[in-house]
Amino acid sequence: MLDALWLIPAAPLAGFILILLFGRRLGEPAAGYLAATMVAVSFAVTVGVFFDLLGNDEHHREHVLTLFSWVPVGDLQIDMALLADPLSITMALFITGIGSLIHLFAIGYMHGDPKFSKFFLYLNLFVFSMLMLVLGENLLVTFLGWEGVGACSYFLISFWHTRPSAATAGKKAFVTNRIGDWGVMLAMFLGFTTVGSVSYGALNHAAEEGGIATSTATGIALLLFVGAVGKSAQLPLYLWLPDAMEGPTPVSALIHAATMVTAGVFLMTRMNPMLAAAADWAPEIIAWTGAITALFAASIAVAQNDIKKVLAYSTVSQLGYMFLAVGSGAYVAAIFHMVTHAFFKALMFLGSGSVIHGMHEEQDMRRMGALRVMMPVTAGTFIIGWLAIAGVPPFAGFWSKDEILLFTLASSPVLYVIGLITAILTAYYMTRQVLMVFFGEARWESHAEDHGAHGEFRPHESPPVMLAPLVVLAGLSIVGGVIQLPSFGIIPKGWRHKLEDWLHPVVEPGEAVIKGTSAYDAKVWLAVLAIVCALSGIALAVAVYGRRRLRAIEPQLLADGWRYDAGVSAFMGGPGRRAFDALARFDARVVDGAVNGVATLVASTSGRVRRLQTGNVRSYAGIVGAGVVLVLIWFVIVRGVL
Amino acid sequence: MIAQSTIADYVAPGVDWFALSPYLVPAAGALVLMVVGALTPTWPRGLYAAFTAACAVGAGVLSLFVWDDITDGAPGTLVAGALSHDTFAHLVALTVLVATALVALVTDGTLRGTSGDGPEMYALMLVAAVGAMVMGAANDLIVLFLGLETLSLALYVMAASDRRRTASGEAGLKYFVLGGFASAFLLYGIALLYGAARSTNIGEIVEYFQTSVPTERNDALVLAGVALLVVGLGFKVAAVPFHVWSPDVYQGAPSNVTAFMASVGKAGAVAAMARVLIVALPFHRDDWRPVIWVLAVASLVVGSLLAVVQTDVKRMLAYSSVSHAGFLLVGIEAAGHRAGEDAAGSGLQSVLVYLALYGVLVVGSFGVITVVSAARGGSSDLASFDGLAQRRPVLALAMTVFLLAQAGVPLTSGFVAKWGVIQAAVDERSYAVAIIAMVAAVIAAFLYLRIMVSMWLKPADNDDAVAVPGLTAVAVGIAVAVTIAVGVYPQWLLDATDVVSQYAR
Repeated sequence: MLDALWLIPAAPLAGFILILLFGRRLGEPAAGYLAATMVAVSFAVTVGVFFDLLGNDEHHREHVLTLFSWVPVGDLQIDMALLADPLSITMALFITGIGSLIHLFAIGYMHGDPKFSKFFLYLNLFVFSMLMLVLGENLLVTFLGWEGVGACSYFLISFWHTRPSAATAGKKAFVTNRIGDWGVMLAMFLGFTTVGSVSYGALNHAAEEGGIATSTATGIALLLFVGAVGKSAQLPLYLWLPDAMEGPTPVSALIHAATMVTAGVFLMTRMNPMLAAAADWAPEIIAWTGAITALFAASIAVAQNDIKKVLAYSTVSQLGYMFLAVGSGAYVAAIFHMVTHAFFKALMFLGSGSVIHGMHEEQDMRRMGALRVMMPVTAGTFIIGWLAIAGVPPFAGFWSKDEILLFTLASSPVLYVIGLITAILTAYYMTRQVLMVFFGEARWESHAEDHGAHGEFRPHESPPVMLAPLVVLAGLSIVGGVIQLPSFGIIPKGWRHKLEDWLHPVVEPGEAVIKGTSAYDAKVWLAVLAIVCALSGIALAVAVYGRRRLRAIEPQLLADGWRYDAGVSAFMGGPGRRAFDALARFDARVVDGAVNGVATLVASTSGRVRRLQTGNVRSYAGIVGAGVVLVLIWFVIVRGVL
Repeated sequence: MIAQSTIADYVAPGVDWFALSPYLVPAAGALVLMVVGALTPTWPRGLYAAFTAACAVGAGVLSLFVWDDITDGAPGTLVAGALSHDTFAHLVALTVLVATALVALVTDGTLRGTSGDGPEMYALMLVAAVGAMVMGAANDLIVLFLGLETLSLALYVMAASDRRRTASGEAGLKYFVLGGFASAFLLYGIALLYGAARSTNIGEIVEYFQTSVPTERNDALVLAGVALLVVGLGFKVAAVPFHVWSPDVYQGAPSNVTAFMASVGKAGAVAAMARVLIVALPFHRDDWRPVIWVLAVASLVVGSLLAVVQTDVKRMLAYSSVSHAGFLLVGIEAAGHRAGEDAAGSGLQSVLVYLALYGVLVVGSFGVITVVSAARGGSSDLASFDGLAQRRPVLALAMTVFLLAQAGVPLTSGFVAKWGVIQAAVDERSYAVAIIAMVAAVIAAFLYLRIMVSMWLKPADNDDAVAVPGLTAVAVGIAVAVTIAVGVYPQWLLDATDVVSQYAR
């Protein structure tokens, strides 16, 4: 199967081309099923490749497939090459697996949309780009995918572009991501000038062998991190992700929760030897950025009333956890959390989509309540997702979050405390959401007329094509933790650390070793502490929103996201705008002035010289004669006599 | 008695007919056209053009075989040292023949069905082509002069050939008068050199200067001879300030003839200049190089600047061709640094490759102009290109390719050509002229963009039906294909022409 590696990205690309050519004729729902099938084919091939790699021993789990020489320019030799190794195949597995489930869900969700086939066109293009991103053998192929997923993300955020808010959100995502892309490009150039190649093999090898100066490695790692901050919505560039919720909900699930936003974490993991070769403060910056983002976004999520906004801030917060892990050298834990997060966050986004669908496009949680009766499957699966993200064992989220916290304590107690507080907040705001949507009294009846429903308005359960993916993802959210169980006494030895063994060849250079530290010895107690925190968060939320024992604290400051967004807008609109205007004036007056001045000079000189061209043969002969005299003077007088 | 003994001593030179065949085929073709054409009624369906193109292509194929012979063996001379037998000569011949074939196809579209149709124009074209080829191959200054006059006389007649437009007659007369003026300088220069070296044979001239003492080499009359040769050839090349004839003549002559002048005429003239300066006068390289430098800079600057303010497309391209002459002189200047040495550098190669690529380009450009101006009754005002993209999108696209190539945009042959001469100049540390050439290219780009803006962005102010005759379409198509193919994959051409610096004398 290894030689069929190219089929993994090729299948969604074929889907994209087919829908591009025949999309209108296929229509609904054939275009959707075609797109879903293509991603499923891709998944099947990925599974085959996975088992092939698994069959090899640890040091031979790397396969490079060169399709063609892409950029052969002198010293710059870049191949269009794909790399199958444990990391890329792990990524490809959940991208195609969750991707096909979300495609399936979207067939039901996008029912009746006039641009039905176009939606799947972008979705397939997105999956193709994402697969190029993770399977790329060098930074340039990854960058191709990086830009591709970015483009698809903009298209899909502003999919309903007739809404002004959707169009604005698309633009915001575009502008913010450009800042990150700049970092990736510079990192690529710096890597090339230092090592003479942009392939991961060469770059990482040079970093491991000490062939790159510490300062250069720090530069490359931090520039890549700038890209990661943009793509993975970390402080200070997270702004675009909450706004991106303007896109259709399957897009939020696929792109803005499960796959694209994790690209930054992937890139840092892929380049982990570079990070290991960098100065010590580089990982610290990453860990602190992640921790502060996690706490900051979690605090905002506490006061949101839009069902998708809560999930969006929660995603930012969870991505913060992953960067906390990367900065602490816990690459396996980062990838582990990425996978489990993909399961439960995709589940909850799709669940919220199902709710929005059943509530006729209502997103305000204050107008929901008691939906568990009308939508039992959606409610049941959503509750599983809630338990997973809150960190209740044995659900998937508990294991991955616990692993991250363990590594964090080993590197810095302060970061550990921040992580723990974030865990309490996470349990709190997710419980709040579940209670507001599915429990309590039904608040939608008084708003029935808002929904444009004729006669009596009743939320309804979604069709099976939307529920099936929910059920599958719920199952994965329950058992997802088995891929990386910790070494607790009660867990059988053969079941432990599966993911760590699998990823070992990739992350070995950068992975922190915590065995023997005091944190490692106390790991069982730490797990108990994490469970206590999760349960206390849940209990607090139940007291506030379930039993109404305590008054809800939802300060406006948090609802406004610490006014960060408004502050940036005010700055950009005020002093920023004035600075840009000044720059534009400089450009218009000085730069353009110089250019226009040259043009004016050219025109006036030409006008004068042109007058010599009279059309009169006699004057022409005169000009030639004058030229002859000058040439003769040069040769005879200057060269001959002098 | 004296006469008798001279005749008795005379030994007829050996004639290698095969090596001469590329020159003989077009000459014979011209004779056939004139004789058979005079005896038969008008040939139908573009047969004149097809015959002319076939002669040119046939000669081109023979030239390729001869090229192969030369690269397998060694360069030498033919007909008692009158002609050089080297790849330099045959690269020029190929340039001339390809351009002639393409112009013949374009000419058919202009002439067919008019009173000007007939064998005369095509016969003149073939004769002129032989003249240009001989200029590139001449190993004797008198032979060079013969080639130049063969080319020029044919061009005078061709320029004046459109009897319906007075501008055509005016162009022919102006060209004739000024051309005669310049030929006189050239001939006087040859005479002065003969006075010193006692021979007009290039090989013998070089031998004379090699053995002569510096005072003889720097004799005022010798230097005056060199000066007059530079002037005469500079006139044919249309280098500033000897370019004054070219805008009027380019504009007045029929477009297909302008195409011929710009491609074949320029190829012959530049090849002759390279032959005389680099091959025949390497011992005076420090004397003529600064003059060529000045001519190059003046041509680049004046050509680019004046091209920008023109309103007539043919006049624009006339000035742009002056600017191209500047680029060619940059290459000759670069070659001048090491003229006569074994390690000759890439100057000469860059000049000849530039000529070959520019020849195809310019025929394509004027092919499109021919078609567009025909729809406007012969006017080639810039306004006649307005909105061409709406009326004839494929034609506009072809013109865009040619204009981009003339501007030297990468992935077109024009880039390869300009890159070559500038690289040659940089290799010889002529940084100033290289920088001026690049700035001139930027200024000239404005002119090409003006035509493109007119074609693509302006609304059509008229609905003249632009008819594209079949053979013209073929010629333009071939030119586009060559322009892009060489632009995308230039290496084979550069590898193949690497040998031209091994010239014979």
